[in-house]
Amino acid sequence: MNSMVDVLVIGGGVAGMEAAGQLARSGYSVILAEKEPLTGGHLKNWYHLFPDRRDGNEVGEYLDNLVKNKNIEIRNNTCITGITGRKGKFTATASDGQVVEAEAVIVATGFDLFDSRRKEEYGYGIYPNVITSADLEKMFRNGSVKLADGGVPARIGFIHCVGSRDEKVGNLYCSKLCCITAVKQAMEVHEKISGVKTFCFYMDMRMGGAYYEEIYREAQEKYGVSFIRGKVSEVSQGYNGRLVIKAEDTLAGRPLRMELDMVVLMAGMEMSDAGEILAGKSSLRRGENRFFSTADNHTASNRSNLKGVFYAGTCTAPMNITESISHARAAVTEVVSYLREKKQRDE
Amino acid sequence: MNEPDKKRIWSEYQKEIADDHYFYVRSCIRQSFFPGSEQFFLHLIRDILGKDIYENPSHTTCTGIGYHTDIVPFQTIMTVVARHFALMKESGYKNIAISCVTSFGIYTEIIETWKHFPEELEKTREYLLKATGREFDIPENMAHTSDIVYKFRNEIASKAKFRLVNKKTGEPLKVVEHIGCHYSKMFPKYGVGGAEFPKVLSGMIEAWGGEVIDYPERRHCCGFGFRQYIVQANRGYSLSNSVKKFESMKPFKPDFIITNCPGCNMFMDKWQYTIREMEGRTYGENGLSIPVLTYEEVAGLVLGMNPWELGLQYHMVQPEPLLDKMGVEYSKSDKFITKDGKPLPAPEKLINV
Repeated sequence: MNSMVDVLVIGGGVAGMEAAGQLARSGYSVILAEKEPLTGGHLKNWYHLFPDRRDGNEVGEYLDNLVKNKNIEIRNNTCITGITGRKGKFTATASDGQVVEAEAVIVATGFDLFDSRRKEEYGYGIYPNVITSADLEKMFRNGSVKLADGGVPARIGFIHCVGSRDEKVGNLYCSKLCCITAVKQAMEVHEKISGVKTFCFYMDMRMGGAYYEEIYREAQEKYGVSFIRGKVSEVSQGYNGRLVIKAEDTLAGRPLRMELDMVVLMAGMEMSDAGEILAGKSSLRRGENRFFSTADNHTASNRSNLKGVFYAGTCTAPMNITESISHARAAVTEVVSYLREKKQRDE
Repeated sequence: MNEPDKKRIWSEYQKEIADDHYFYVRSCIRQSFFPGSEQFFLHLIRDILGKDIYENPSHTTCTGIGYHTDIVPFQTIMTVVARHFALMKESGYKNIAISCVTSFGIYTEIIETWKHFPEELEKTREYLLKATGREFDIPENMAHTSDIVYKFRNEIASKAKFRLVNKKTGEPLKVVEHIGCHYSKMFPKYGVGGAEFPKVLSGMIEAWGGEVIDYPERRHCCGFGFRQYIVQANRGYSLSNSVKKFESMKPFKPDFIITNCPGCNMFMDKWQYTIREMEGRTYGENGLSIPVLTYEEVAGLVLGMNPWELGLQYHMVQPEPLLDKMGVEYSKSDKFITKDGKPLPAPEKLINV
C-alpha cells in the first residue's frame, strides 16, 4: 500500500498525537503511524499526572479529540522501520511492507521504560513485591495497592534513579521525571493505605518543574514521606518473607538496613526500541545518550541532521508531558515553515 | 522467589568452559589448609571424568595476597601471571583452570587490562622476556575450577552414591552458597550466573538434590577482605562481617555452607570457632556449628568418597552431623591416620564432635 501525504508522523504517543493534530488543524494531510494497536503511548498507563495530580485520562481525551480530524489517517499496528530520500520526498517503510511517501517527517518514537530486571541487585521479576513505578500506576488504576499475596503493604520503599545516572547500565543522564513521580506516588499510597510508612531513597531530589518543589514539601509535611539520601545497594528477602534492603544514609553517614513489604523501582527513560530500529535503518544521528541528536541544542531542537525530518518529544531526551506537547508544537512550526519554503521554491 | 526469572538472569551469564585439556594452577591457601580439595579435583577430572589435566611443578603463587595488600606492584603481578601463561604455553596447553578465586580475579583483571591497554601487555612481554627468557600466550579459555565442576555437575549426579538429601526425612538439605567476591563481583560476565544470582555453586547443589537458601546477607563478604584481616588492627571488622552473615543465615537452618573461594572457606569455618570461643554463640541447629565445605568436597561426598580422604577433618567445624544426615558411613578411628596407618596430629578443640 503506497500513500503520499504532506507529513508522516512516526509514533502515536503524546508528542506524535499533538504534532499530527496541530498539523491537521493547519490543513496539512498527515499519516500518524503507531506501532501499537492503540494510540496514546505511555500516557495510557499513567493514573494521575504531576504536579496537579489530574487524571491522565483527561489529557488522553484531549489528544484523542485532537487527532479526530479528516486530515489525519491513523495507522495503528504500523511500525516504521526505515526512512529514505531527502529534501522534498521521503519514503518510509513499515515492518508489514506498507510504504508511505511524505514531503516531511516528524519522528516521535518516544521512550521505553528502563527494563528494571537489568538492575539485578534489586530483584525485579524475582521477588514478587519488587515492582516498578509503572506497575504501581496500574495498581492505582485498578483501585488498590496490594502485595502479591493480596495483603496490604505497611512499609513501602521507593528507589530513585533505577537505570538513570548509572554508569553500570550505560545511562549517565537523568531521566528528570522519576523524582517527582516517586513523590507523587508516595503521596497517593498514603491516600490509599491508612497508616502506611513510605521511604524514598534518592541521590539528589531534582524538583526542576513548575510546582514540583511545592509537592515535595507537601509530601513531607502533610503525608510524612521519609526522604533518605542514599542509593539502595541490594534487595533481598528475609526469613519472614519481607523484603530487606541495604543502603547508606549519606546524610547521617551510616549504613542502613530496613525491612519493607514492597519496593517500587523508579524506572528511568531510554531510547525506545522503535527509535533504535529507525535509527538503524536511516541516517539519523544519535547522541551519546542514544536518543536522537538534534541539529542544535538551543536553536534547533526539533531539527534532525536530515533536512525535512524533524523530532518531537522524548525521542530526543527525557521530557514530561507538558514539555512533550510544547516540543511537538515547536516541531509543527518548523514543519510548516519548511513546507511553505519548499512550496515557494517548487513554484 | 520467581524461579523462571532467576533462571533467565542466569541464562544471560553463561560462559564458555573448556571441555578437556586443562592447565591447572593451584591455590596457596587450599594447598595449605585443606589440600584434599585440590587432590580430589585432580582425581575427579582425570580418573572419574576421564579428562586431561596437567600441572607444571614450576608454578608459583600468583602473589595475589601481596597485590591486594599493596606489597606487590601491578607490573610485578602481571609479570608473575605472564610467567604462568608461559609455563602453560611451554606445556602445550591453552585452557587454564584456576583453583583459587583470588587468583581467578587477578588473572581476569590482568587480561582485561591487557585488552584495554595493549601497551601494558607489550611491557609485560618485555619484562618477562628480560627476566626469564620466556614468552607467553593469553589462554584461549579461562575457567575457575568450580566452573569445570559446574560444567560436569550432571555427570557427577549420574554417578552419585549419595544425594544432598536428609536420609531420615527425605527432605533436600538446605545449603548456603557463597561464591566469593572476586569470582564475579568485579567482572560479572566471567562468572557462571553473574554476580547477583550466581549459578556456579547453586547449580551444583540443585543437580545433587539440595536446596539453596536465599538469605538477606547472601551477597555480603565472608569477612576475609584482605586488609580487614591481614592488617591485624582490622580483624574485628573482619569478624563482624562474618557475624552479620551468620546471623542472617541462622533462621534458615542451613545444613552446610558450600564455598567457592579458599579465603571464604577458611574464614567462615574458623570464625565460627572464634565466635563460639568469644561469645558462646553458634549458628547451626542444636547448638552446633555449620560445616563449611568446598565444592570439591561436596562433589566427593556425593560420589561416595571417604570423608577423611577428602580431608574434611581438617576444617575447624567437623562434618559428622552432615555425614549422618546424608547417610555417609565413616570410621571414627580412621579420622586422624595416614593412608599407611600412621597417626596424624589431631586438633585439640574440634567443633561439632
